[in-house]
Amino acid sequence: MVSEVQKNNNAILRVERLSMKFGGLIAINDLNFEAKRGAITALIGPNGAGKTTVFNCITGFYKPTEGMLTMTRQNGEEYLLERMADFVITKKAKVARTFQNIRLFSGLTVLENLLVAQHNPLMLSSGYTILGLLGFPTYKKAAADAIEKARFWLEKINLVDRADDPAGDLPYGAQRRLEIARAMCTEPELLCLDEPAAGLNARESAELNKLLLDIRDETGTSILLIEHDMSVVMEISDHVVVLEYGTKISDGTPDSVKNDPKVIAAYLGVEDEEIVEMLEQAEAAGVDDLTAAVDLMSSEAIHELEETHPDAAAVSLVTTGPARPAKPAAAKKQSVAKLARTTASTATGTSEAKPAAKKTPVKAAPAKAEPAKPVATRPAAPKKAAPAAAAPAAAKKPAPKAPAKAAASASQIKAGATANALAAPRGGKADRLIDIKGIGPVNERKLNEHGIFHFDQIASWKKADVIAAEAYLAFDGRIAREDWIGQAKAMAKASQKKPAPKKSGGAE
Amino acid sequence: MADVQTSNPESNFAKAVKEGLVAAALALGLFLLIVGFRTDQNIRNELVLNQRWGLLAIFVLVAGIGRFLLTAYVTPWNAARALSKRTVAAKEAKEQSAFRKSFPKIGLALLFVYPFLVIGTLALYNGSMMGGLQGSLKYVDNFGIQILIYVMLAWGLNIVIGLAGLLDLGYVAFYAVGAYSYALLSSHFGLSFWLLLPMAGIFAALWGIVLGFPVLRLRGDYLAIVTLAFGEIIRLVLINWTVVTKGTFGISGIAKATLFGIPFTPGPGGFANLLGLPNSGVYYKIFLYYLILLLALLTAWVTIRLRRMPIGRAWEALREDEIACRSLGINTTTTKLTAFATGAMFGGFAGSFFAARQGFVSPESFVFLESAIILAIVVLGGMGSLVGIAIAAAVMIGGTELLRELEFLKHIFGNDFTPELYRMLLFGLAMIVVMVWKPRGFVGNREPSAFLHKRKLVSSEFTKEGHG
Ligand SMILES: Nc1ncnc2c1ncn2[C@@H]1O[C@H](COP(=O)(O)OP(=O)(O)OP(=O)(O)O)[C@@H](O)[C@H]1O
Ligand SMILES: [Mg+2]
Repeated sequence: MVSEVQKNNNAILRVERLSMKFGGLIAINDLNFEAKRGAITALIGPNGAGKTTVFNCITGFYKPTEGMLTMTRQNGEEYLLERMADFVITKKAKVARTFQNIRLFSGLTVLENLLVAQHNPLMLSSGYTILGLLGFPTYKKAAADAIEKARFWLEKINLVDRADDPAGDLPYGAQRRLEIARAMCTEPELLCLDEPAAGLNARESAELNKLLLDIRDETGTSILLIEHDMSVVMEISDHVVVLEYGTKISDGTPDSVKNDPKVIAAYLGVEDEEIVEMLEQAEAAGVDDLTAAVDLMSSEAIHELEETHPDAAAVSLVTTGPARPAKPAAAKKQSVAKLARTTASTATGTSEAKPAAKKTPVKAAPAKAEPAKPVATRPAAPKKAAPAAAAPAAAKKPAPKAPAKAAASASQIKAGATANALAAPRGGKADRLIDIKGIGPVNERKLNEHGIFHFDQIASWKKADVIAAEAYLAFDGRIAREDWIGQAKAMAKASQKKPAPKKSGGAE
Repeated sequence: MADVQTSNPESNFAKAVKEGLVAAALALGLFLLIVGFRTDQNIRNELVLNQRWGLLAIFVLVAGIGRFLLTAYVTPWNAARALSKRTVAAKEAKEQSAFRKSFPKIGLALLFVYPFLVIGTLALYNGSMMGGLQGSLKYVDNFGIQILIYVMLAWGLNIVIGLAGLLDLGYVAFYAVGAYSYALLSSHFGLSFWLLLPMAGIFAALWGIVLGFPVLRLRGDYLAIVTLAFGEIIRLVLINWTVVTKGTFGISGIAKATLFGIPFTPGPGGFANLLGLPNSGVYYKIFLYYLILLLALLTAWVTIRLRRMPIGRAWEALREDEIACRSLGINTTTTKLTAFATGAMFGGFAGSFFAARQGFVSPESFVFLESAIILAIVVLGGMGSLVGIAIAAAVMIGGTELLRELEFLKHIFGNDFTPELYRMLLFGLAMIVVMVWKPRGFVGNREPSAFLHKRKLVSSEFTKEGHG
């Protein structure tokens, strides 16, 4: 950990002893870090760590309780941001930002959004409106230039065609890109992005990476980035600062940060959802990025977990009784189990997984493609009680059915499959399940392994099926949240219009 | 949904009959005692019970048949219309835009020839030129000028509310400032209208800034309340500062405007005398008509120009999202102040015109109701839309004036019916109907201030009203 921030001309922004208190709540506690010029600095940390608050302090929306924020511009001018009004920070200190919940001018067109961002230079060239009102040519030229600049950014973010549509009419991903372009139209030297990849799919997220690298390399703008999506952070950032509860816990290159035990503890030691979420995001970004996430949660974490719950592995090896209610928890902890699989240093976890799998009733189906697939590897997945409501339902209902079905069809349908699982895709061709928003390649593979190949199968899921599916997909509530069933219904309908295999039944 | 409608039209009919009967029964139960019987005193002061079966039957029938028609025809018709509307919306939009494009031009041409149109028509009708001139007075003054004053005021307020999204309930204060500026300065110092017109605008703009400062931090309801209070304060000052304003008495004998020094007075040197026309008060009215028309057009022109300036875009951006504005380096304080000042300035122009036209000002002309009417015009017209607001002003103010004329209503409702008394009632009803029918006003769509490929209207579902 870097203890003291020393004066460094290479730093575009120096944050020194920054503290922010909301009444009794300390949102930021004595934070020191610096963002280097021409680099992408990522600010990461669990929810509520205070990342957005740091941004709000930098951009003047909050006045920090204590601390100094020094912005050094290219021309050497220094600005103390904590003393400046928010709009002056953008205007003079050249810091631009985006918002966690998009703030576009939804009733203005895409083009107008970019023109509003060029307010200050245009205001000057219109002689504070008076010359412009009288029709002076300087303003006309400036207005034309402003539109050209807007067009440049529209081309960059791929929205030229939609320039004349209201910004509120754009799809979510495009709105995010537009917000970045709008911030860039203020010609910032430091661009602060608050979770730009939130809600983007894998393709959009990759495009975003490219856009950000482009901005850094072509315009020389330094970027300060808050992001939960580890694939984005690890791929593009030059420097990572990790916050937890308002305190910096790590600071360094992406590689050094992801091997920092404190960071791993911060991400793994918290609620189950965090891990699941990280895994989900990694999945959404594609299989390759999964390894990045896995890397992050490296060997030490597993050790730590095993140390804190040394008896868990033994229990599941000996008796199957307690294993049953623990099933969803196990599924949730799959992420950790996966780590075990890939991390050589903790191969013990993997080797134990095999016998465990054999003894588990839900794993009864004999034909199993990957024996090491740690769906039910309890050893690496100890601790924390299963969510009470979901547990019995998920474990009891589909479980007895699945082996029977599997036996009957003598196929590779995995245990815990939903009632309408198929042995093989109808007509030998599966639907592209990844078309459903929220299903990535990894989830698709899992669904296929569990006998789900078609949209109409998902469309016909009932509550119990959803619970079962969530159990093997290792997340809760997401199917409903992302309305997979609704999406699947729409897709099934769409594919039926084209000549497609008739549905076999089960659908309402 | 669709098959429900097609498969059972007769069940719909049956349902309508049933609902109609139920409604009739309810009406019978409800009105039996209220309408069916009436107690009266006869000549000997005895209480007698009159039975009014006929009237009761009418009530019941109206309820039953009304309900039946509603269920059987109106609702399905509405649903079908909504359905077809969605499908042809795209086509319709195209046709409409062609009409919409030429509408302002046609309207403008009509406005310019309006006084002569009226005079010509009336002259033909009366058979004499003089009759035409005198008869036109009412139409030029009560309709033309009156409506145009409100058009101008509403266009001025539109800058504050429609563009910048700041809800100002005290707009009439600036109108009062303009009117009193002209009244006082012209009667005390004898300054001419043409000098005082811009000065009145500037004074009002200054007051706009004065009001703007304390309310800048306020948003929404709070801003509305403070501006409302500001309007009332100005009025109370006018009433109570009797030394200067003569209180409720008002200031009378305000100098009339002149046409570049030519006064509109009878006798030598006057306008009619110079041009060798017969003496008539109508020339002054026609002059005033063109004056307010030009003032209103100036307001429109400035608004249109401003919308394409950075400041106009900043106003609209402010209406959409103030925080985002600040994150883009826009000084929202000055932006709001300019909106207040610009809107107030046009209010001041209109005020000085009003004083010159009336020749008399008193605080009674600047009550809250005026602010409310101007606001209603802006909202009904569609915030931000000049054409919509002009239409709304014509409908609302013209409608009020028309209601004074509706003598024939007396023949229907009897002689003790005074239509003026029902003016506000009809007004309220009309406003409710319009707002239900077109929640974003007559012209809800927003025209973008710049475009790359093609100017497309922005549907009202995306624009925000602002929140303070
Ligand atoms: N204006 C405010 N008033 C009071 N508390 C606040 C305010 N803004 C933030 N907080 C608190 O400060 C803490 C940090 O919040 P912040 O929004 O910065 O988190 P974050 O790291 O951005 O989280 P997320 O990843 O969810 O966006 C939270 O506990 C939050 O409740
Ligand atoms: Mg945040």
